[in-house]
Amino acid sequence: MSHNGSKPTEKPKFAMYWASSCGGCEIAVLNIGPKILDVDAAFDVVFWPVAMDAKYKDVEAMDDGSILLTLFNGGIRNDENERLANLLRRKSQILVAFGSCAIEGCIPGLANFSSQDQIFDAVYASVSTDNAGGIRPKTHTTVPEGILHIPEFYPVLKTLDQVVDVDYYMPGCPPESHQIATVIDLVLAVLEGKAELPPKGAVIGAGDSTCCDECPRQRNVKKITKFVRIHEMDAIDPDLCLLEQGILCNGMATRSGCGALCPQHNAPCIGCYGPAEGVVDYGARIMSALASVIDSRDPDEIERILDGIPDPAGSFYRFNLAHSLLRTGKVG
Amino acid sequence: MNPSQDEKERIGVYVCHCGSNIAGVVDVEDVAVWAGDKLADEGVVVSRDYKFMCSSLGQEMIEQDIAEQGLTRVVVAACSPHLHEKTFRGACARAGLNPYLSELVSIREQVSWVHTDKQKATAKAKAMIAGGVERVIEQEALEPLKVPIHPATLVVGGGIAGIQAALEIAESGSLVYLVEREPSIGGHMAQFDKTFPTLDCAACILTPKMVDAGSHPNIELYTWSEVERVDGSVGNFTVTIKKKPRYVNEELCTGCGICVEKCTRNVIDGEFEAGLGYRKAIYTPFPQAVPKYPVLDTENCTYFEKGKCKACQLLCPTGAIDFEQTEQYITVTVGNIILATGFDLFDARRVPQYGYGRLKNVFTSLEFERLSNAAGPTNGEIVLRDGVTKPESVGIIHCVGSRDRNYNNYCSVICCMQSLKFAHLVKERTGATVYNFYIDMRTAYKDYDEFYQHVMEEGTIFVRGRVAEVTDAARRSGEEDKLIIQVEDTLAGRQRRIPVDMVVLSAGLEPRRDAKQVAHTFGISCSANGWFIEKHPKLDPIATMTEGVYIAGCVQGPKDIPSSVAQGAAAAARVISRINKGEIELEPIRATVDAHKCSGCRICNDLCPFNAIVWHEDEMVTEINHALCQGCGTCVAACPAGAISGTGFSNEQVMSQIEGLLMFEQPVDLLAMAV
Repeated sequence: MSHNGSKPTEKPKFAMYWASSCGGCEIAVLNIGPKILDVDAAFDVVFWPVAMDAKYKDVEAMDDGSILLTLFNGGIRNDENERLANLLRRKSQILVAFGSCAIEGCIPGLANFSSQDQIFDAVYASVSTDNAGGIRPKTHTTVPEGILHIPEFYPVLKTLDQVVDVDYYMPGCPPESHQIATVIDLVLAVLEGKAELPPKGAVIGAGDSTCCDECPRQRNVKKITKFVRIHEMDAIDPDLCLLEQGILCNGMATRSGCGALCPQHNAPCIGCYGPAEGVVDYGARIMSALASVIDSRDPDEIERILDGIPDPAGSFYRFNLAHSLLRTGKVG
Repeated sequence: MNPSQDEKERIGVYVCHCGSNIAGVVDVEDVAVWAGDKLADEGVVVSRDYKFMCSSLGQEMIEQDIAEQGLTRVVVAACSPHLHEKTFRGACARAGLNPYLSELVSIREQVSWVHTDKQKATAKAKAMIAGGVERVIEQEALEPLKVPIHPATLVVGGGIAGIQAALEIAESGSLVYLVEREPSIGGHMAQFDKTFPTLDCAACILTPKMVDAGSHPNIELYTWSEVERVDGSVGNFTVTIKKKPRYVNEELCTGCGICVEKCTRNVIDGEFEAGLGYRKAIYTPFPQAVPKYPVLDTENCTYFEKGKCKACQLLCPTGAIDFEQTEQYITVTVGNIILATGFDLFDARRVPQYGYGRLKNVFTSLEFERLSNAAGPTNGEIVLRDGVTKPESVGIIHCVGSRDRNYNNYCSVICCMQSLKFAHLVKERTGATVYNFYIDMRTAYKDYDEFYQHVMEEGTIFVRGRVAEVTDAARRSGEEDKLIIQVEDTLAGRQRRIPVDMVVLSAGLEPRRDAKQVAHTFGISCSANGWFIEKHPKLDPIATMTEGVYIAGCVQGPKDIPSSVAQGAAAAARVISRINKGEIELEPIRATVDAHKCSGCRICNDLCPFNAIVWHEDEMVTEINHALCQGCGTCVAACPAGAISGTGFSNEQVMSQIEGLLMFEQPVDLLAMAV
């Protein structure tokens, strides 16, 4: 961009923002260790609310496209999130949907199964809340000093690319630190002219197969006769595919890149790296896959086997409901 | 024209009236005008309606538009792709457009035939056409897969259907491998005495065909053999045949029968004689058996039991007895396969209230066939189990195991005529009083009903009602030492107890007990009942969904001899035309694994109904054999990684079709219509 070209000695600008998220993505970035110093050396960090003080108006004052790289984590839950998404899109040359929330909604996206009233009831009117007056948040409140604003809560959580154009997607809940380091190395190499950026819309910092590819467990032809939960098992065979032991493991449907950490530690994959390349609806995919290998033709037995899955929506749409074909869930 | 319009596909939409089939419920003129107007932005440049799109005039309309309007995509809204997809693809191909750049939208089966409200049906037709237009934009030009056809054919099953098929093909000049698991070909028909309705001697009409099949230079006969394994696909199947040991060297044996004669062991013949007669431990199942070589039954052979005897070996004039013989595996290559593996008889023991196996003078239909057969254990004398007493009264029960939700819901087709034949034979040979107990008389087909009338005239008594019970517990005088048939006579409207000397159970036909396993071996499907599924129940009853595998005779469902013969010949005709053509064009609709995306999770490995999925353990990836794949999509849907794609059913194609369906706000709730 021309306004950047005029100051060739200036370091490229970096921003990171959290919208509706837990903060784990920020920790993951800090967790890359000494490499964070490379980031500091190569970039001018202009906006990163969790790490440094900055005001929205400072960002607004920047030239459009003046930030080279913005890592945006968190989903779009309210109008503040959406305003920042639009603002950072405008100011950034490269906008990365960073982490599961920004890409596919993640845990906050599961709220899309509930209406706004149901969510507010849970927060402001359940036994855990002392709210005798039945106070509910309002976007505008008049006080003697003037009018106070709080962000407007949207009926559904949206993903970043449902509100703005996104250049790259970096999956994970959170993205693994070694993958973040790899991406940073790539960006640095691009800056030095030693590498090229991947095509727009690409998934970066992840593999292009599924978790099974990185899992050392022995795999056989699948025939499922039961689903069990880990605590119901006396012992887990450390070498055999978890799904073949009846443990609902989402590894076969989940994008590779994490190194199959969970299955290697006797915990099933829960799908935080999202769907594999080209998959439109992760939950539908995995349900279709499991249904295909349930080893019974007797409707009652099939029913009994399926009853072994305690929470289908939570198991298959835990990370991706907001970006699924069912993305609006049950609204109103 | 601006560049963006230049890049757009030029789509023709054709809405068929199908006489009044579609036009009676869907406002086809309105649909065509609407598509030309509302879908113009999607690239629709021509939109027409026509009385019969499948007619030559309708097809020419498409061809002309492709030529004159430069169409690059064609959408026909008419009937199901099963019927006319090929027709319209052909029209496109003739006009130089790749045939796979067309789409058939079913507004007959999925709209006009299932809805009555014209306004709603018209709206649904529009939505479906919009879906078809969006989808056709994403279609790709494809080329059919060409596969050469090996000229040899495998026929499995040497009953009448298999024999007929083998002879037809052999006569046309091509090689046939005929595999039969029993010691002789002939099948069930060889056990019958007479055939209905002409009362031909079954053996007299069957054995010449058996001899022809056994001696034909183009037929290689493998009896006492089974197909162990089938690899490959249409045009080039590799078949492994297991030849069970006969313990008789076929090269040396002359079929003189001295070994059978000299064998010291008598064995109850539970197969051919239905348990009513004896055979030896070394035996041919019946005198006219083809081939003539006997088989040694090791379970009953004194030598195999005790290590002594060897009478057969010692007395064989050609030294053909070989106790050391073992299983042999033979591998053959064939282009096509015909399955004619027949049926099993329903086991009458499963209906305990009819007493078979408990009441000695209750016979099965197969036992009766042997009793009445002049070559059978009684030389054709119809007698009670004691072997001497002629019955004075006989009750024949129809539908045993058929048309009964406890056993088989279907009609076994042949039992009515078989029971009438039995009634006639009893009358003719014993003069006994005969009762036939039936639910409905089913005497369709040539000369069948005349035969029924003839049997009625002979004096057989017909009682309409399902028999409740056959018992030997006498309650009234005249019932002592008799079998009493308890039945509701539904025409007389009362319960009856009819004492008889003999009861014949006309057992139904069932799929072979190993039908599912055989279907799996050959990569075809069974219905819930177990009969093999034909490609189309009316228009293609002898093909299967697996290219190159055909079915004939009772394996497809119960049928009589003429129908079995006709199917054998029909399957053969199909194979002969394939052989003559030399190669076959296959639909290029195939599933493909992207090896890069495949993580080797093995979800898909056991799903393919056509055995097209191959697992590579060394590379930990799955592959699909395109010659075997039929494009059914099972694995595509199952792949959790989205690593398997199906030609013609890509994400883009399916999603754009859905987008099209939902593109316009419809005045009616289409989902509500679907309920």
